[in-house]
Amino acid sequence: MNDTDRKLGPTILQVEGISLAFGGVKALTNISFEVKEHEILAIIGPNGAGKSSMLNVINGVYHPNAGSITYKGNVRQQMKPHEAASQGIARTFQNIALFKGMSVLDNIMTGRTLKMNAGFLAQCLYIGSARNEEIEHRKKVEEIIDFLQIQSIRKTPVGRLPYGLQKRVELGRALAAEPELLLLDEPMAGMNIEEKEDMSRFILDVNDEFGTTIVLIEHDMGVVMDLSDRIVVLDYGKKIGDGTPTEIRNNKEVIDAYLGVSD
Amino acid sequence: MFYREAGQFKTSYKADQAMFPIFQDKIFVAIWLFIGFVVVPMLANEYMFRAIFIPVIIMALAAIGLNLLVGYCGQVSLGSGAFMAVGAYAAYNFMIRVPELNPLICFLLGGLSATAVGVIFGIPSLRIKGFYLAVATLALQFFTDWTFSRIDWFTNYTPSGSIAVRPVEMLGVVFDSPMKKYFLCLVFLVIFTIIGTNIVRGRIGRAWMATRDMDVAAEIIGIRPVFAKLSAFAVSSFFIGVAGALWAFVHLGSWEPLAFDINLSFSILFMVIIGGLGSIVGGMLGAAFITLLPLFLNQLPVWLGINISTAMISHLEFMIFGALIIFFLAVEPLGLARIWQITKEKLRLWPFPH
Ligand SMILES: Nc1ncnc2c1ncn2[C@@H]1O[C@H](COP(=O)(O)OP(=O)(O)O)[C@@H](O)[C@H]1O
Ligand SMILES: [Mg+2]
Repeated sequence: MNDTDRKLGPTILQVEGISLAFGGVKALTNISFEVKEHEILAIIGPNGAGKSSMLNVINGVYHPNAGSITYKGNVRQQMKPHEAASQGIARTFQNIALFKGMSVLDNIMTGRTLKMNAGFLAQCLYIGSARNEEIEHRKKVEEIIDFLQIQSIRKTPVGRLPYGLQKRVELGRALAAEPELLLLDEPMAGMNIEEKEDMSRFILDVNDEFGTTIVLIEHDMGVVMDLSDRIVVLDYGKKIGDGTPTEIRNNKEVIDAYLGVSD
Repeated sequence: MFYREAGQFKTSYKADQAMFPIFQDKIFVAIWLFIGFVVVPMLANEYMFRAIFIPVIIMALAAIGLNLLVGYCGQVSLGSGAFMAVGAYAAYNFMIRVPELNPLICFLLGGLSATAVGVIFGIPSLRIKGFYLAVATLALQFFTDWTFSRIDWFTNYTPSGSIAVRPVEMLGVVFDSPMKKYFLCLVFLVIFTIIGTNIVRGRIGRAWMATRDMDVAAEIIGIRPVFAKLSAFAVSSFFIGVAGALWAFVHLGSWEPLAFDINLSFSILFMVIIGGLGSIVGGMLGAAFITLLPLFLNQLPVWLGINISTAMISHLEFMIFGALIIFFLAVEPLGLARIWQITKEKLRLWPFPH
């Protein structure tokens, strides 16, 4: 991986001096890093290191106590999640957050909400723009369903699906928004080797085909080393490493704190 | 064997997205429409229109409305009686104060008034959920009970506070006979069912269900909770408000200050729970069930030739409702609609069970 011929663009996301505390718990302390367009950045670190909190800050679920986020040249400190969505940030969750009562198709269709704009009356009557829009977006959603190879379960309520497939559907829902920045919180947690391989391939394909910038959290070091262009290491809310997979592998502090001394 | 989609391959997403993608579903709907518009009017007598069909249809409309809010958007409400009251009293006031207005317009304005109240009383839902929200909507119920029984302006200063209206006239027809009233209500129900079905299968419906199932994830996708919840309150209240106007003007004809009290709110909620949360058909099944059960229980001793006091029967009614609600909440939250669906799925495989 890490093809050198792949072009990284300018900085799309810059995180500067972010600190976040819950009561006395310092989840994040003075975190800074940047993500380039088209990059795959992995955030690693032990449980409770603040990885998920970092993603939550980026897409506006948590509001940092200090620091700033610059996304596509715009600085902002606070932002609501739906505003982040409208600027092209999508994500998946560590604990699957699908809409359990809805079918796979509807879950992924929901991902396209921001791209739909038929008026209320048209929707009540299912005429004109509402109908055309529904069909046009359905096509796009079917492309995603094909891409993720989940054709056979499109009408199944997601609550009935096994864990691995749910993770895939959640990726599909995020992709439906055609995001520029995709945040994946442990997309492969709890998967077997084969499922991890599938998921890795999807992530690489998304990055390649659509040029999507990806920030992902993952524990499996093999996967992380294979997938990512760069790695940020967190430990107890502090950044202790930032570099290419090779650099991280040879970083003394990271090895001591996380990767284990015996290598 | 006769209910299946074998051989019906949808070759376009358009076909797959039609309201009833399976051919047999179209037939089912056609049969129901035929029963509603032809068979019932031929067979029913005045008593049946008045005691069964008209109330069931109007309550089905209200239950569908409440289901949009509770079943699809996940916001509990005990204020349906209040929204019906607002619909009824608003329609009444538009009618007497602006006599030029067609009653149809007045009904719709009644619905819109309920929408306005619904949006205002939906605001707490942005902060509170479940039980606490139910209590907040209960406050609305008591507030409207008080308003319409204490502020005489709303009842046009009639001495008793009760209101009597003449049969409504729409599009040149005076709806005075039970059969005409039945047709009027049925047309309303059909139109609102179509609208409800369209809304829930489109973007707004998905936004409601997403908010119901996982509000944080919904917001991250770009669904503003304010929009999702308040639009559910708005649309739901409109349905219930129009049902209230129909109930008052078409079913009751004259009504007391407390015709739309908390009992009505509970009945409609029970219809939704028993009929099936998050199902349009469920609203209809629930309305039919809850309206018919008391009639059935009253007749039962007569049929069986035993003597049960009326007090006993009404106790029995409460006990049966209670047991059913516990059953449906605990065992089959999707209600009668789910049972109906399972029956259809069985039919699809019949006569081979596997
Ligand atoms: N909503 C929250 N309320 C209180 N504490 C939280 C919340 N979210 C995260 N934390 C705390 O912040 C720290 C970092 O958590 P998290 O970001 O989930 O770590 P990671 O994803 O790296 O395992 C933990 O100590 C966790 O308990
Ligand atoms: Mg985490």
